[in-house]
Formats: sequence, structure tokens, C-alpha cells
Amino acid sequence: MIGLVHQDPPAAGRGRELAHLSGEALLSLVASSDEEALAELYDRFGGTAYGLALRILRDEALAQDAVQEAFLSVWRTADRFLAERASASTWILTLVHRRAVDLVRREDRRRGEPLEAAPEPTAPESVEEEATLGFQRRVVQEALQRLPPEQREALELGYYGGLTQSQLAERLDQPLGTIKSRMFTGLARLRELLAQAGLEGSFSP
Amino acid sequence: MADDVHALVGPYTLDALDDGEERSFEQHLALCERCREELAGLREAAASLAYAAPSTAPPPELKQRILTQARAERPNVVPLKRRRNWTAALGAAAAIAACAVVALGIWAASLSSSQDPVESVLSKPGSRLVSMGSSGALAVAPDGTAVLEVSVPPAPSGKTYEAWVIRDGKAKAAGLFPGRAGTSVVEIPRAVHPGAVVAVTLERAGGVQQPTSKPLAQSEKVRS
Repeated sequence: MIGLVHQDPPAAGRGRELAHLSGEALLSLVASSDEEALAELYDRFGGTAYGLALRILRDEALAQDAVQEAFLSVWRTADRFLAERASASTWILTLVHRRAVDLVRREDRRRGEPLEAAPEPTAPESVEEEATLGFQRRVVQEALQRLPPEQREALELGYYGGLTQSQLAERLDQPLGTIKSRMFTGLARLRELLAQAGLEGSFSP
Repeated sequence: MADDVHALVGPYTLDALDDGEERSFEQHLALCERCREELAGLREAAASLAYAAPSTAPPPELKQRILTQARAERPNVVPLKRRRNWTAALGAAAAIAACAVVALGIWAASLSSSQDPVESVLSKPGSRLVSMGSSGALAVAPDGTAVLEVSVPPAPSGKTYEAWVIRDGKAKAAGLFPGRAGTSVVEIPRAVHPGAVVAVTLERAGGVQQPTSKPLAQSEKVRS
């Protein structure tokens, strides 16, 4: 009785295979040192990651550093993602945000003052990115507009501005407890609005 | 005071705590199921804010820089072994989350016309991967169709590898293969049912009726 022996399939065309995988499956491939899976995740989330880092840091070199460090964290710690209760996109964008905020605070300390709140940047985006992400962006922006202004302000200054709750309390001349509660309520309300728009949990392409 | 700690979940989700506050909240988080629940719920909403920032194409060299650095830190598995790791990782992926399982299902369905024997087993509903330790993996479908992926070097001259399906203490011969640098893919010609293990031994050329040596590789028991 002779078993059939097959050769390994050629690696060519694997990129196309990876395109079918969920972000979560790609992360488990990254955990086993699969570079192509890391490249695929970068192709999916790199543009959003860089846009976020640029909005927080307003400096292209620093934004690139933040994205690079975040994706290397993905590479180093993908095995830990298995225990996380989050989608792959949420986990990756959380890492990007944390790195960008770390860098902006380091810069602030170096300059001795926090940067002004981030203005809406006008950087051009690629047509391709716009086509895939335009819908999500519109839904999130509309949801933000529907938040009570003081909650929106707390989320924007905290998330895009990289300010700590204490810096925010000082800047807005509000008690710390008020800031905490605006952040919590704002996020909870945002989550409801996104769910109503049918978008909750759909952020992993 | 305790309420104050719970209230930090909002600022924590937005990365709006200073280092000291963050450390103490993480200690609290380890003990507080309620805050972990809330964090899991709010995190998705916080990350969605990333999409409201204009997406900007990063410079093309950034991708290469990341991949080069990644490779320097942890060299990729050699290409010939990639396949085995890929299969093992898919097993892990299937275990983690329903969404991953669904996505893999769709993905597998898209491959069902493929000639690759492992993929054709894995595209069957209810199929699973059974570990063979560091040597490889066994893909098994509920109907007993099974394909072995195992890394063993070319057998010495006058020798062959032989696969076995072992159940209730009885070993049945399940094919010969020569081994190779990289991964051998062996279709098992008998049904592999729950309770069975698949093993590989090194035997004399031509094969034998019963194993004469200890298995070089052995799967875990196939579960129902």
C-alpha cells in the first residue's frame, strides 16, 4: 500500500489566499512567524493606522515611527491576541493609538507644553483607501456629530489630542470626575450609535 | 474610592491616563470582571474613532522597513516548512473566535475545488487538525478522510517511512512514503475515526505488516 506523496505547493499565489482570511486568522499566522500575514495586515490597516498617527502627532516622521513600532508589537505579541476579547482591527488600532500617544507625550515633555488640540488635517488620501474606508468614516463622523458637544469634545481631545484626563480637566476647567464621566458616557453612547448604524463589530474587514 | 477606580475605564480606553494611573488601573482590571466587560465593550467604539481620522497613504518604504525589521527580530520559518506552520496556525485560529471560524469556513469553501489534499479535507464541514507535536499535523474530516503532513528527512537507503492508523491497540498499515527535506503530505488510505491515532515509523523498504520500531511521530487521539 503506497501513500500518495505530494510536493509543497509553490508559495506564489499565497497572497491571494491570505486575502480571504479574517484579520483574526491572519494574526494567528503572524504568531507563527508568517511575514506575509504581517504584510497583509499592514496592507489592510496601514492607511488607517498612519492617518490616525498623523492626526495625533502631526509630524510625518513621528507618525511613521508610531506605525512601525505598533506593527512590530503586532509581530512580537500576536500570540497574546488569542486571549484578547477584541477584533483584530481593534487590537491593532489600539496598539497604534497607544504608541502615537506615548510619542506625542514625549514630544510635549520635550517642548515643555502640550500641543494645541489637533486640527482636522487636510492630507490627501488615496482613491483606493477612500473607496473602502469612506463609508466607515462617514458613519463614525456622523455618530460623533450626534454626541452631546461636551462628550464629543472629551473624546476628541482625549483620543486625537493625546491629552490625559488631568490635562483635559485643567484645560476645560472642569472637575476630574466630570471628565471621567464624559469620556465613559461618550464612548458608551458612541457604541450605541454605531450599533444603530449597523456598524458595531464590523470594523474588521 | 472603589467607584473612582471603576470610573477610570473610560479614560483608560482612550489612553488618557498618566503612567501611574494606568498601572494602578491595570492592577484593578486584573481583579475586576465588571471593568473587563466594560473595557471589551468600549474598546471597539474607541478604535472606531481611528476611522474618523482621514486615512492617509503611508510612504511605500514604511512597509519594507517594518518587514525588514520584523525579519531581523524573528527570522521567518524556512519556506519549505512554512506550509506546516501555516496548517498548525489555522488550527489555532479555528479555536480562537467564532468570527475567525466563519471566515475560515468561507475561505475553505473557496478552496474546495483545489487539488491540494489537505485543503480538500479542511474544506469539509467539521474537519479538524490534530497535532503531531513538533513533527506535523493530521487533517481529519468527520467521514474519516485524513491527510498527514509530516516533516521527516529522506529515509536512508533500504528504508521507508510507514504510516499507521492505530485504534484499540491494533495498528493497521496506512501507506509508505520516502520523506523529504520539508513537509511530506500523505493521504491516508483508510478511514481515521474518533479514538484513533496516526503514527509514523521507519521500516525496511517495501514496508511491513506490523510496526517494528517506536513511532517517530504520533498524532494526538482523534476526538469525535
